[in-house]
Amino acid sequence: MTETSLSAAHREAQARATRTRYGLLAPALIIILAISILPLGITVVYSFLEPGTYGGVVWNFSTDAYVQFLFERDIFDDTLTFDPAYLSIFMRSIGLAFGAMIGTLILGFPTAYFIATKPRNQRNFWLFLITLPFWTNLLIRTYAMLLIIRDEGFVNISLMKLRLIDSPISILYTDTAVFIGLIYSYLPFMVLPLYASLEKLDFRLVEAGYDLYASRWKVLRHVIAPLAKPGIIAGCILVFIPGLGAYITPELLGGGKSLMIGNMIAIQFGSSRNWPFGSAAALILMMLVIIVLLIYAASAGRGRRTHG
Amino acid sequence: MPETSNATQSTRSDRAAISARSLVKTFGAGENAVHALKNVDIDIRENEFFTLLGPSGCGKTTLLRMIAGFELPTSGTILLDGQEITALPPYKRPVNTVFQSYALFPHMTVAENIGFGLKMLGRPADNVQGRVEKMLALVQLEAMANRRTDQLSGGQQQRVALARALAPEPKVLLLDEPLAALDLKLRKNMQLELKSLQAETGITFVFVTHDQEEALTMSDRIAVMRSGEILQIGAPKDIYERPTHRFVADFIGDINILEGEIAGAGGGTAQVRLKDGTTISARLAEGMAQTGPAAVAIRPEAARIAGQGETADLTGTLENVVYFGAASYLHLRLNSGEEFVLRQPGGLDGHDLSRGARLGIAIQPGRARVLE
Amino acid sequence: MAEAIRKGPRARDLKAMPGFKTVAWLCIIALYLPLAVLVIFSFNDNRSVVRWTEFSFRWYEAALSNDGIRNATWVSVKIAFVATVVATAAATMAALATTRTASFRGQGLAYGIINQPLMIPEIVTAIATLSLFALIKTATGVTGIGYLMAAHTAFCIPFAFMPIRARLEDMTLVLEQAGADLYATPWQTFRHITLPLLMPGIVAGAMLAFVVSLDDVIITLMVAGPGETTLPIYILGAIRRGITPEINAVSTILVGVSVLLVVLLFFVQRRMEK
Repeated sequence: MTETSLSAAHREAQARATRTRYGLLAPALIIILAISILPLGITVVYSFLEPGTYGGVVWNFSTDAYVQFLFERDIFDDTLTFDPAYLSIFMRSIGLAFGAMIGTLILGFPTAYFIATKPRNQRNFWLFLITLPFWTNLLIRTYAMLLIIRDEGFVNISLMKLRLIDSPISILYTDTAVFIGLIYSYLPFMVLPLYASLEKLDFRLVEAGYDLYASRWKVLRHVIAPLAKPGIIAGCILVFIPGLGAYITPELLGGGKSLMIGNMIAIQFGSSRNWPFGSAAALILMMLVIIVLLIYAASAGRGRRTHG
Repeated sequence: MPETSNATQSTRSDRAAISARSLVKTFGAGENAVHALKNVDIDIRENEFFTLLGPSGCGKTTLLRMIAGFELPTSGTILLDGQEITALPPYKRPVNTVFQSYALFPHMTVAENIGFGLKMLGRPADNVQGRVEKMLALVQLEAMANRRTDQLSGGQQQRVALARALAPEPKVLLLDEPLAALDLKLRKNMQLELKSLQAETGITFVFVTHDQEEALTMSDRIAVMRSGEILQIGAPKDIYERPTHRFVADFIGDINILEGEIAGAGGGTAQVRLKDGTTISARLAEGMAQTGPAAVAIRPEAARIAGQGETADLTGTLENVVYFGAASYLHLRLNSGEEFVLRQPGGLDGHDLSRGARLGIAIQPGRARVLE
Repeated sequence: MAEAIRKGPRARDLKAMPGFKTVAWLCIIALYLPLAVLVIFSFNDNRSVVRWTEFSFRWYEAALSNDGIRNATWVSVKIAFVATVVATAAATMAALATTRTASFRGQGLAYGIINQPLMIPEIVTAIATLSLFALIKTATGVTGIGYLMAAHTAFCIPFAFMPIRARLEDMTLVLEQAGADLYATPWQTFRHITLPLLMPGIVAGAMLAFVVSLDDVIITLMVAGPGETTLPIYILGAIRRGITPEINAVSTILVGVSVLLVVLLFFVQRRMEK
């Protein structure tokens, strides 16, 4: 076969592979680009428009949505005064998500460690126990939590029957309730990546640690934790990000009192009818998430370099 | 062998099942390019058991995959029965493969596996069934027809793979180290079975292996490959007894290679002066250089201890004796410092075999050969 | 000597950390206790969701004869079915493209796009999708359940994609090569070799997509038009109106369906590993 006809065959094969590849990729990419990514572009545009009286937008350029985030505009003389109301919702959301992250880490690490040190044939069962609630509806799980922590809920009634308390402890519709709800919702997200990295851990290293007269705490701190670091970071990300954008948990457990960003955004598209402000808030939330992901990517990249 | 006349050559290529012309395969480009095949020419004759032998990475599997159609050459031509198939996809080539991992379809029964090729060729169902039964009988797996392939032993899986590849009656059967996964005993049995299957079916077999013993026992002809090149093609006896290349000599069987320089040559024989000063005569293949440095190759069984009063070709100090019953291997150190192993048949009586004894070595006439 | 023997079992116990076992058990209990309470009181013959009186199916009967719940179930199933079929098909094709052809430039970008719905907070996707659909609705006047189906399809794709891609990555190419070697055209190879072997992955992906669609709240809540109430949205509304055991009954059914699917999935994957 001549050089040219063979390279033609190569080109033909390559062209066929390319056609097949993009043909196969097209449906998934088109659906997601059209229904998930294009709308983000629209959100960016909306955030620079004026709100319509009955929802929607009026096509006038305006940066009010972003100004409103930090300032209150006086209705009469248009002066701006600093208003921390929305900022405080953001700060509270970050605080709650961060708290939930720490909480799930404190609870999830021992759990993941416990499963990882189980005999191999039992691990899948334990893992299954952890993941099963994760596949049941988040709304229903939150509702179940609500049933438990209400004033007249399971926990209070049980405690009162046991005469441990005289009157119910009121935590529903407080930050505490949201905090508990977030931990309950996202605990599996923490356990799974932790388990994945602990399972690979060579426990002979732990024994070596003891051999060198390290205490249990020191072994945990200096041997196990550094080796489980990728899992810890991944777990923290997986809890923090959805925690930050949580909607159902604060909606049901926080009542109207303990709002988070998610609820605030939803309200702008509902009763408040301020789509541009809702869009702006959503974009700020997305930026926060992207920053967290970038930090994660950077740390993962650095990890790879030091190992490589 | 008369290979000079054009007429003879054309009749030979008519009988070639597979011909490769100037095959080149380069993976990657620039500095990282890997040259898997460098300008390979080969003719595999009809009905022969042809083996591609070489260490891993020598290009033998690449060559096989090119014949099968899984890989396009960078340049060059492949002919099947004189028809160009270089760029033909695998499913359009009347060539079947027995894969190293067998690649049996786990979701099909043994019979479905064997009938797959015929089904894809659109043969009528009863035709397929008849052929499947025939193949099952051929590999003695009639009782296993409806088993799943993961219920079979390694040897049985191997047979299914073979039956599946033979069922569509390919012009050429390609075998990619099919025995590598079997244990030694089973491997020996399968070697004989493969050989008789080949004789029975009359299909051209192209067999890839890195096991020289396997190649020697089974093949009609062997091509020894190294780093993308074919070093020597010939019958097992030629390859073993008349290696032309140092690598071939070394790769196949045990051999002593002694360095020296050609002192004189003529009539297909060269006088080679070795490093310790002795001169021995060795066969010189056609077309080889008649002067300059040369290496002499001598098989252990082509040498023995020189008898009393016999002139020794070489002299060495005995270092070790390894007794094998029918023969013993004597490890000697020559004056040049090179090691020399010889195979001494029969008893060892009448020789001083103490460590450090000086022994004369006699080489069978014509069995020492100059290497390229 | 005696000391050495006593040290034996302790040496194996070195891995255990004090208190870890307790925390693990507490976590498991905490994960299941609320659900257990929810399920138990769905069988209570009383309006109360805390004081147990007698076992009864009363609230299940009420739930099953409730038109609102029946309509919502039908809407949920319709949406989940369409979203699952389309998302699984698209995800299967995309997984084939990324594992069955040579790696290509832009592969990372393709993965990024496919996984995008997982990386953005759902509330952001929800309001963004709402904005797009509002634009389309004003421009064309077309309304209907198709919008919800489209939105669900988009976020189901990454869930369906994961197990299918994992399965394909575990499948060696040599079987497909063997197919081609035995005269199967690319389409026949796909039909007779790739597809049957990929089936467990596709089933797993479809089940994941179905569960995820069935459970969605936020995007549905934002995008749904009037009358397009899915079961979770109905439950959310009912909780806002006041807690009744009827909600427990519907919730138990929904949890039951999800658990059943996930248990099935677990077994499908165990079979895949063999």
